[in-house]
Amino acid sequence: MRGSLRKENRHIFSHIVLLLWTFVVLFPIWVLVINSFKTRLTIYENPFWIPKTWEFSNYTTVLRDGDFFTYFKNSFFVVSISLVLVTLLASLAGYALARYKSRIGTIIYYFFIAGMMIPIKIASIKLLEIMRALGLLNTIYALPPIYVAMGLPVGVFILTTFIRELPEDLYEAAIIDGASSGKIYSMIILPLIRPALATTAIYNLIPFWNDLWFPLIFINDERHKTLLLGVTRLFGQYQTDWSKVLAVLTLSAIPVLVLYLAMSSQFIKGVTAGSVKG
Amino acid sequence: MRIKHSRHFPWLLYLAPALLVYTVFMAFPLIDSLRLSLFSGNNQVTRVFVGLDNFKRLFTDPEISTRYWGAFFNTWKFFFVHFIVQNGLGIFFAVLLTQETMKGRQIYQTIIFIPTTFAVLITGYLWKLMLNPVWAGDFLVSIGLPFLKHPYLGDTNTALWAVSLVSCWQWLGIPTMMFVAALRNINVELLEAARLEGAGSVKTFWYIKLPLIKPIVGIVAVLTFVNNFNAFDIVFAMENVNGAPEYSTDLIGTLFYRYGIAGQHPIGIPDAGLGAAIATITFLLLMVLVIPTLRQTQRGA
Repeated sequence: MRGSLRKENRHIFSHIVLLLWTFVVLFPIWVLVINSFKTRLTIYENPFWIPKTWEFSNYTTVLRDGDFFTYFKNSFFVVSISLVLVTLLASLAGYALARYKSRIGTIIYYFFIAGMMIPIKIASIKLLEIMRALGLLNTIYALPPIYVAMGLPVGVFILTTFIRELPEDLYEAAIIDGASSGKIYSMIILPLIRPALATTAIYNLIPFWNDLWFPLIFINDERHKTLLLGVTRLFGQYQTDWSKVLAVLTLSAIPVLVLYLAMSSQFIKGVTAGSVKG
Repeated sequence: MRIKHSRHFPWLLYLAPALLVYTVFMAFPLIDSLRLSLFSGNNQVTRVFVGLDNFKRLFTDPEISTRYWGAFFNTWKFFFVHFIVQNGLGIFFAVLLTQETMKGRQIYQTIIFIPTTFAVLITGYLWKLMLNPVWAGDFLVSIGLPFLKHPYLGDTNTALWAVSLVSCWQWLGIPTMMFVAALRNINVELLEAARLEGAGSVKTFWYIKLPLIKPIVGIVAVLTFVNNFNAFDIVFAMENVNGAPEYSTDLIGTLFYRYGIAGQHPIGIPDAGLGAAIATITFLLLMVLVIPTLRQTQRGA
């Protein structure tokens, strides 16, 4: 009886609940996008419905303002270099920690892992001082070292776990052939750990790209502002013209959103990788 | 065989770059920030050891202590809203999304996660406009929902709630996906056995699923804790760094920024010692709460 009922179950209740939430998620995004195609005054006419005439001038104004591109370029540079470095350093460390089993190795491993639970923001006062001393304050170069440090705990965790699970005979043959550890890393390990490298990069992409805190406390110079820091300026500048603000917000949200929609399952896997094995 | 090669393996060379960056830009600044809480002055030259004076000021100076305790309790409220709403909905949606026979699960999952890809700043600005009664208020009145017209962000009774719920909207994707991954790992036979014994879905959840995903519940709790005790962006975007209106949305994150980084209006000189003291207390609080939670939930995981 129960079994046959179950087969008939079309999960009506679940669909209603999830559709409701779908609405809660998509409605603000809908409002964001449609109103960015209105004008300063027409956004008040019918805030939740499509414009009578589609206005593209908000976008052209924002894009013509050269600063937007500068901000975008800065963010792109900072995030790419940070992602490359964090995956590289974490894979080297993961290789060492997976291969060298000793007490000190275990201690170093836990030293890294502890960083997963500690928010780096707490260290901001000292970080400001360090960046000032290094002469990096007010430049985008202050950001990558911090992002790399911030991304390493999870990166080391993901890559050590992954490399540990690689079959042992992989090394045996290479060692018998007289391959050095460097050669084993670059020729054997690196090609095999590509999925784990991707996971590490994806896990860190959102926190790096969306970070506001460190640009805010480090950077004042217009030419060195990241996209989000630039958005705070544009938000102030266009404050009375919400349709332009919405265009700025839409443009800023698009890069990660498009990337996410194109590869959502990898994103979801990447985000849960820090805590769920397998 | 194995050990012999390990000994020759120049492991330190491989560890050095990561260890260096991590130590210089995370571990050391963190520990040194704790030390700085015992000093006053803003740079190496003017810095003097003052013992626990920064902490004393934080808790006894009438102005500063009022602000600190205000931010402290607001942060706890902010955290509890996330813990209940965000994690509660997360686990509920995850249970729905792991029903084998349901259609469209992938699409729902993708949608639930969308806000998480936005920057907090963007989410905050967007909702700030949406919640502005000047914009949608008249429209709500015209469609017969006048009771919804309210300056949510300008009213000290509702501002913190509004900010917290917007933040939950943003982050719901993460606990949901973590719970989905954890629930998928449960042995199907176990659930089948429970079903044959006549256990309903509520019972199955409470007595089988929940105990089995305890390790993930622990991790999610810790993440919620760590992230919310540092929250800054959402208040910055929606209510500015003063935690307007009247400090009702002031969190430890915004307080730390004002005292330690930017400097209090109107003087504008940051008080590094006081900032470090605030950071130190947050750090100790996190340790006291995170370590037992992990101990309790990660046993055997």
